Amino acid sequence: MSDSKIKMVAPPEGVVGEGFFATKLNDVVGLARANSLWPLPFATSCCGIEFMATMASHYDLARFGSERVSFSPRQADMLMVMGTISKKMAPILRQVYEQMSEPRWVISVGACACSGGIFDTYSVLQGIDKVIPVDVYVPGCPPRPEQIVDGVMKLQELVKSESVRRRSSPEYQELLASYNIK
Amino acid sequence: MALENTAIQEKLAATFAGDVFNFQQERDIFSFEINANNNTAIILFLKNDPDLRFHFLTDLCGIHYPDNPVEKQFAIVYHMHNWYENKRIRIKAYLNGENPEIKTVTNIFLTSNWMERETYDFFGINFIGHPQLKRILNMDEMISFPMRKEFPMEDGGRTDKDDRFFGRTIDNC
Amino acid sequence: MSELLLPPEHRYAKIIKEHLNEDGNELSILNLGPTHPATHGIFQNILLMDGERIIDAEPTIGYIHRAFEKIAENRPFYQITPLTDRMNYCSSPINNMGWWMTLEKLLNIEVPKRAQYLRVIVMELARITDHLICNSILGVDTGAYTGFLYVFQFREKVYEIYEEICGARLTTNMGRIGGFERDWSPKAFELLNTFLEEFPPAWKEFENLFERNRIFIDRTVNVGAISAEKAMAYGFTGPNLRAAGVDYDVRVAQPYSSYEDFDFQIPVGKSGDTYDRFCVRNAEVWESLSIIRQALEKMPAGNEYHAEVPDYYLPPKEDVYHNMESLIYHFKIVMGEVPVPVAEIYHPVEGGNGEIGFYLVTDGSRTPYRLHFRRPCFIYYQAYPEMIKGALLSDAIVILSSLNVIAGELDA
Repeated sequence: MSDSKIKMVAPPEGVVGEGFFATKLNDVVGLARANSLWPLPFATSCCGIEFMATMASHYDLARFGSERVSFSPRQADMLMVMGTISKKMAPILRQVYEQMSEPRWVISVGACACSGGIFDTYSVLQGIDKVIPVDVYVPGCPPRPEQIVDGVMKLQELVKSESVRRRSSPEYQELLASYNIK
Repeated sequence: MALENTAIQEKLAATFAGDVFNFQQERDIFSFEINANNNTAIILFLKNDPDLRFHFLTDLCGIHYPDNPVEKQFAIVYHMHNWYENKRIRIKAYLNGENPEIKTVTNIFLTSNWMERETYDFFGINFIGHPQLKRILNMDEMISFPMRKEFPMEDGGRTDKDDRFFGRTIDNC
Repeated sequence: MSELLLPPEHRYAKIIKEHLNEDGNELSILNLGPTHPATHGIFQNILLMDGERIIDAEPTIGYIHRAFEKIAENRPFYQITPLTDRMNYCSSPINNMGWWMTLEKLLNIEVPKRAQYLRVIVMELARITDHLICNSILGVDTGAYTGFLYVFQFREKVYEIYEEICGARLTTNMGRIGGFERDWSPKAFELLNTFLEEFPPAWKEFENLFERNRIFIDRTVNVGAISAEKAMAYGFTGPNLRAAGVDYDVRVAQPYSSYEDFDFQIPVGKSGDTYDRFCVRNAEVWESLSIIRQALEKMPAGNEYHAEVPDYYLPPKEDVYHNMESLIYHFKIVMGEVPVPVAEIYHPVEGGNGEIGFYLVTDGSRTPYRLHFRRPCFIYYQAYPEMIKGALLSDAIVILSSLNVIAGELDA
């Protein structure tokens, strides 16, 4: 396929010279992380079906470096919570989150995961941010695959600009402590 | 239709006399009430009688009528279907509101197992003789029965909505 | 107290302590789910295993229990469609139409022929997508990812048609009491015709990929078989029952929405195993395609898309601004001040997985007094432990996906 155009990710800002390229470590690590986010699909209901569409041929999430869907929390970077999380399910979601290793990010896909959606009932958790910290919220009931892709791209922006040291910062520790994690 | 309402009514009345009553055609379904104490015998009869052959239990669910007199506060509704004649019937059994219980039909229809568990879970109706009567959809720790009319739909402990703005003054404001 | 009331892991631990298998080895407990990737949805099964073989299983459900029936008791009638969408989200238009037809039965509304035919078309499209998802995922579970990627683009085509009709893809919230909210655009028919042209060859190819495939046959034939008697005792309906050889189909037994006008067959299987379920679904897709073609052919001329029932059907928005009467109707409908008879209604439709029933009890107020959904998944999933007894662990996954259990419908 000689005529196919391969689009490369632009290098971070830096100083280019003959045989060397100097830039910040943060940027390089961020670039690498952002373009190989391995998703852990935590699909419970309708939004999971839209995620299937996002992964399938038409929308192809693999273009964004998420080719490998990791079903093991140990080898995943990005927890995608899709669908209603009931109170019965909440401890399991939390356990999955705890099993993921740092750095880890969370996308909350769909109205139910973000806020409980139309299910304002005794059995549904009103937003997963009650039990785990969330980085990106994708609205919609269910969101279109484009929206899910957009959410992933938003997360990539976050990941790119995140400091390597953020995970050991006191603010981050405090955040986790507020959720009683670890 | 080959299987007439009157035929069903006569047959049931002849066998169970006062335990079946209030026969009526409700829209497209022939329905009647039964005495809850005799539910298994009547349903077994409906299933096995060579003329009636209601061999398929389509649905089983409960209803709560808090405004009724206490002996009729709960109802169990059975929908049965005869595929040979393509005839549906609806059977209603009223239960006591203070101690709702009825005999299980799990040994007649395997499918009623989970339906009865669901009804127990939602209404707290005790199915006597059910092999595994425990909660199915809600958490085991739950103590109330959510489909009873007095149980609020929304979670009492939620913090995201201020009830005053919804014209309500309950629970959490 | 009955032994069965104990949590399964305790029960099984006791069995493990007391029994060894024939070779003198210990049995083991395996927890499958609730977030196992192979279970497409959240089902937990605690299995008692002898090596790879399943001896006993106990499912735990309710992980996405959303209290549909409780919500339904607190919502006006027309606000209940979004709930029906989210039950079986693979074929939501069938649920939507089922709910509208229940209300029409309650209110004695006659829907014009053309609207009925349009409903048939959209319901059959939904059946196609439902079966398409089930069968292609079954392919994925037996190791053939190709089929999934291949037919999923056609599901997108169907979603484009839905979008043209109602603006949504998955949770459609389609229709109104008495018909549709608007007429179908010419574009919708155009997309439908393209779909009818392009889809059959692809589906044929998909079939060829699987039906005579040695690996697929080895993985599915005689796996998870269930006899007709057992299936009926467990309350099976839909393709899973037909695979066992019983030709019960609500579309034929109690025709609704003019299904009696169409000529179609009910495919049946023989042994009720996974392969038969796959083939029955495949054959039903062909029947659905033929029904859609017939409906397009027989479609009455004109542009009638709803019944003339101003009490229940929202007037066009322009009229609401300029016409006093329309404004009153609009207000009354939206505020739920419409007259509703006191009645008990049961209306069944043939959903993607079997008979979806709506049992509605009204007391004349603006909300249902009680609404119970007969959810086929909930009813036949209780046969699952029995179906996987004696099977291998990998078979259990294949059986689960061939049953097409949808978590939203299961847990309500």
